[in-house]
Amino acid sequence: MAILEILTYPDARLKQESLPVEQFDDELRAFLADLEQTMLAGPGGVGIAAPQVGRFRRIVIVDCSRTRKPVPNHGRLFIVNPEITAWEGMTSGREGCMSVPDYTGNVIRAEKISLSYHDAHGKLQQLDAEGYEARAIQHEIDHLDGLLFLDRLVSRRNDLFRRKVYQPTPEQQPKT
Amino acid sequence: MNHWYMLTLVGKDRPGIVAKVTAALYDGGCNLGEASMMRLGGTFTIMLMVDFERSSKALIDLISPVAESLDLHLHLDRIEGRLHQHVEPDARVTVYGADRAGIVAKVTGALAEAGFNITDLESMVGGSEDKPIYVMQIEGTAAEGIESLQAAVDVIRKEGVEAHMEPIETLIG
Repeated sequence: MAILEILTYPDARLKQESLPVEQFDDELRAFLADLEQTMLAGPGGVGIAAPQVGRFRRIVIVDCSRTRKPVPNHGRLFIVNPEITAWEGMTSGREGCMSVPDYTGNVIRAEKISLSYHDAHGKLQQLDAEGYEARAIQHEIDHLDGLLFLDRLVSRRNDLFRRKVYQPTPEQQPKT
Repeated sequence: MNHWYMLTLVGKDRPGIVAKVTAALYDGGCNLGEASMMRLGGTFTIMLMVDFERSSKALIDLISPVAESLDLHLHLDRIEGRLHQHVEPDARVTVYGADRAGIVAKVTGALAEAGFNITDLESMVGGSEDKPIYVMQIEGTAAEGIESLQAAVDVIRKEGVEAHMEPIETLIG
């Protein structure tokens, strides 16, 4: 296994879109091992995306079992070709990124998400995530679309009161 | 050899202050660092890190004409500081209530006693002229822990203002 080099902004490659994974082979699994080791070598990172190490495929790892304060989590997740299929609620939180050293900012993310993805063996998986883990998954998936948290910054000030779930009014409920 | 300076400019708000000041600094060979610029009660305030290779007198000579033309009061300090010295806050305290004298002193006194080191404080007076409300957002590091800070916030609430604390769990991804 190896620790891979992390690209840091303003490296333009971080802004490029990544392609789906088609081969679920040993090479992919070896890469996932390297990617995980790279994440673990970073300072407190709870996630990493393949484009952060210069591999432009739709692969992320999220592991929210390592937070200072325990949060609900699914352990270490190898997530390939992810699709967020449902969003609920909005919440503001502070984010930083191994690819953007020495800067953190507030970003609005969905409070809860449903995710479908392939695991390391190409098997289709589904999970529902909330809170910190949902935030981490959204942050990492953004990398696959060439988006950094810098693209989603909201005011560091004027974020007046804690934002919890906004309940849609009956008129705003999706028609079924 | 370049030096970092902290340039403070304060004056009645009007359009174009930032553009004119920063153009003069750029034309004079300065490189700008971090800044806080804000309108407070109709006054525009600038605190700006300026990287400049010459003396403080040369910098004052450079910026004085534009400051005078905009009626800005100018203050300059040579600073030890430099970039990439950020301290990551781990807690945010929000306080609001009917405006009255002493809120800031009481709140920050309690927070300081609980070991809270403020990295950023912003306060605004809203509401109406006859019923003003005071809103304050404070970020910092809880040197003696979040529990100690929460206890201080509970004490602050007994002073008749709304106060809450939330930990800032910065996600690094």
